[in-house]
Formats: sequence, structure tokens, C-alpha cells
Amino acid sequence: MSVAFPQRRLPYLLLLPQLVITFVFFLWPAEQAIEQAFYQEDAFGLSREFVGLENFYALWDNPQYFTSIQVTMVFSFSVALLGMGLALWFAVMADRVIRGKLAYQTLLIWPYAVTPALAGVLWWILFDPSMGPVALWLKTIGVDWNHFLNGDQAMILVVISATWKQISYNFLFFLAGLQAIPRSLIEAAAIDGAGPFKRFWTIVFPLLSPTSFFLLVVNLVYAFFDTFGVIDATTQGGPGVSTATMVYKVFNDGFIGLDLGGSAAQSVVLMLLVGAMTVVQFKYIERKVQY
Amino acid sequence: MIENRPWLTLVSHLSLLFGIALVALPVWVALVASTHPTEAFGSGQIPLWFGDQLSENWGQVLFSSAGNGIDVPVWLMMLNSLIMALGITIGKIAISIISAYAIVFFRFPLRGLAFWVIFITLMLPVEVRIVPTYEVVANLELLNSYSGLVLPLIASATATFLFRQCFMTVPGELVEAARIDGAGPIRFFFDILLPLSRTNIAALFVIMFIYGWNQYLWPLIVTTDDAYYTLVMSIKRMLSVEQGDVQWNQVMVTTLLAMLPPVAVVVGMQKLFVKGLVDAEK
Repeated sequence: MSVAFPQRRLPYLLLLPQLVITFVFFLWPAEQAIEQAFYQEDAFGLSREFVGLENFYALWDNPQYFTSIQVTMVFSFSVALLGMGLALWFAVMADRVIRGKLAYQTLLIWPYAVTPALAGVLWWILFDPSMGPVALWLKTIGVDWNHFLNGDQAMILVVISATWKQISYNFLFFLAGLQAIPRSLIEAAAIDGAGPFKRFWTIVFPLLSPTSFFLLVVNLVYAFFDTFGVIDATTQGGPGVSTATMVYKVFNDGFIGLDLGGSAAQSVVLMLLVGAMTVVQFKYIERKVQY
Repeated sequence: MIENRPWLTLVSHLSLLFGIALVALPVWVALVASTHPTEAFGSGQIPLWFGDQLSENWGQVLFSSAGNGIDVPVWLMMLNSLIMALGITIGKIAISIISAYAIVFFRFPLRGLAFWVIFITLMLPVEVRIVPTYEVVANLELLNSYSGLVLPLIASATATFLFRQCFMTVPGELVEAARIDGAGPIRFFFDILLPLSRTNIAALFVIMFIYGWNQYLWPLIVTTDDAYYTLVMSIKRMLSVEQGDVQWNQVMVTTLLAMLPPVAVVVGMQKLFVKGLVDAEK
């Protein structure tokens, strides 16, 4: 904007509330986390001692931390790929139909409003080993479902819960992406004799790749940081540590294990990770603006 | 339509109906479960059709006590959730719209720095810095209060960016014209800028309301007093009673009530919701 108001003090006044909140609730805690990561504190918070990089070394030597990284990766990529796959399928179908399009859209997108914790509870009861309809049905076809004992099944359950809620989001963006593809391109291919499947794989799918990449990043960020509720309300990281993601471990080690230094070191690792992902997201968006 | 392929059209409709059934399945079962007496759940399977306890279960949970170790009724927790959601929404919109205004329409030293400080909040979700944030709020004696629930969540880089983007499209001539007519910055803000950004504010309101209502972890750790419980986090407390003692019918009523307001907002204001979702990602 080339034209600006001449006042000199007003802009600071306008920025003040946002900056105060940012300093008190974001920068100060973040600074504390970084500082804490270099100290070892006793469980009562009475004394602490500077230990340098000790907490990070401890993290590096802790096989449980690597398990949590592995759990996070399996969980996040499963959620992202499953959610995007289903959403793409529904979006392609919805893009084809003429009658009832808006009704279909409405009935598919409402789960966006359901928070992951509640989604977890809803699926939890469906799969409850002693009374859940899905678990009992699985028993009739020979699958012995018990997510209280079986870590892989617990993982499948949290993946389903977290994905269920995210389908709506992916669906909306894929549908918008599909509608942005010029009709003339598809018509030309049809005239040249390409059937619907060929058209999808050779024209539609490649043209959706910017949308897909964007959604992949968003879904990974979602699975990393916003799905705490699913895990906390249902498995609480169990059985054992088979569903304890990195974010869940920060909370668990800090609030329940009272290992403040270790938890803070994990916070720092996560902050670096979010930072990197944010940069990727912005780099990508800059590129999108150019075309 | 490029060509007429009735089979493919049929497949499309069937796929979409399957999708709808898939997303609706858990809610259907929750709805059915909420109409049965507690004993129905001990006998081995969740009944598949509605029972006759609908009004008893819903009435009890809504007005007397949520059960499962929580003594306050759901309507009170709904009120808390509403206060928190509206507080977060209005707070976020108010502080980001004025800071975006300052960044776009004024020239002052440290403008770039202020922008970066706000940008950083985007990188630090509350889940990541949960322990120190809790300590800060505890030091400020904001535990078990509405301010403690709302304030730490109202700084939002997303909203600031959105308003900045929207303000940058306002033509400079408009500002010049306003200045020539003798309007100061405050007058310009209220009489010209706010009416221009009405749709953006509304779209953002929808998204932020859903965000605020659905907060889980933060209310869970800053409230220990039943009177400040919000609906979403109460689910966790309801489920943490001894396994086997969970009264599933009451849990399901609470779950359904907790998801009702944001779902109603999405369905009722679909256009604004979609706009808000797309804008927020730009």
C-alpha cells in the first residue's frame, strides 16, 4: 500500500494487544521450554542444575523416543494417505454427478466440525471388544479384535478415528481442484477417444498434483499436532507405547512423568519440526502464486 | 457432462451413498446407544435399534448431572464451551484485525519485526509448548477462570494474515479520498474498512468458532473445578472412571451434544464455512 496514515503512535497502540498476547503466551513459554531443555529439575521443582545438552543426549539414547518417532510416522502417513485416497475417490464421484451435488457435499463435510477427541470416542465404542458392533462382526469373520491388548489394532483404530474427521477437508479441496480443471481439456481428450479412466490418469490426476501436495503437508501437520485428542481420549498411548506419538509423549513425560527437562527437550525438537514444515508450506504457497 | 455413461453415473451415486453411510455410521450408533438404559450395555452387544430411554437419558444428562463422576449438568458445560468459543473467536478477530490494520495502513519503525513476531505464533501450536504455557498461566493465577481458558488461545497468525491479505487489495485512492474528506484513521477503519471486510469476518468467525468450541487439551489442563469444565474435555473425565463403570448411554448423549453446535454451524453456514476454510489456507 503506497498510501499510509501519518500517525506515529497509533500503529503501536493497535499492535499492542496482539504483541502482548504473543509475548506472554507464546514467546515466553517457548523461551522457557528452550531454557528448561538445558536443565535437570527434581520432581518437586525445588532445585535445578545446568546440564548442557544432557537432556538431548538422553533423548538420543532413549529407545522409547525412537519408538515414538516411528509411531508418529506410521500414524501420520497412514492418516494422510488413507484420508486423501478416500476423499479423492468421493470428490471425483461428486464431480461427475449432476443431481444432488450440494446434498452430497453437505452430508460428506459435516464431520469436519467434530473434534478428534470426540471422533475417537465414537469409533472407540464401535470397536469395543465386548460390545461394539464392528468388533463383534469382525469376530464372526475370524478376526479377534481387542485394541486393549493388540498394539497394531489400537493403531488402526486411532488412524480410522483421525482419518474419519479429515475426509471432509480433503474432499472440499479436491472438489475445488477438480472444478478448476478446464472442461475443454477433458472434452478434447474425450473426442480423441480417451475413456473416463484414461482421462483420469493422464489428465485429471497430474493436474491435481499441486492440490495433492498441499493436502499432504496439511494432513501431516494435522496428524502430528491436532490429533492429540484422539489418542488421549482413547488409547492414552497404549497398549504399552504402541500409539504414543511425539506430541503425546511431550505431554505425558511433562505432566504425568514430571520429567520437565526431557519433556522440554522434546518440545524443542518438535518446534524445529513445525518450523521446517511451516517453511515447506510457505515455499510451496509462494510457488502456487506464481502460476 | 462429456458423455452419457449411465453405469458410471450409477457407480458415482453408489460411491457417494457409501461415503455418506461411512461418515454417518458412528453417529448413528451413538444415537441408538443414547436411547437405552445402562443395563443394555452389560449384556454383550450395543442394541442396533432405538430403545425407549431417549427422554430419560437426555433429560438427565442435560439438566441434572452428566454422570460418570461429573456432578454438573451438561447445560452448564455447554455454557462454558460457548463462553470459551465466543471469547476465542471474538478475541482473535478483534486483535488480528487491528494489528493487520496497523501493518498495512501505517509506516513505522519495527514494522517488519512486529510482523515476524506475529508470524512465529504460527509455528508454535499449544500442544508443543504445553508445559511452560501451563506454568505461565499458573503464575498469572488464571487457572480455573474464563480468562485462562481464552487468553492463551487468541493470538492468531492465520487471522492476521487473512486480514492483511484482504486489506492489501483496498485501493490507495480510497484512503486518499477519505483523507481529503477529513477522515482520520479511526473513522476510516470503522466507516470504510469494516464494512468492506464483512464477508471475511463472517467466514473467519465460522472457522474460529469451530476451532474454539473444539479445544480439548488446553481446557483439560487449566480446569480442575467442575464449574469451568467445557463439554469437549468433559468426555475424557467421563471415560476415566473405572472400566466397566462407564455409563455409555450418558457418554453418548454428552458426545452428541458436544458435536451438535459446530456441526450445526457447518451445515447451516456452509458457504461461509467453505470460504473460511479456503481463505485460512492461503
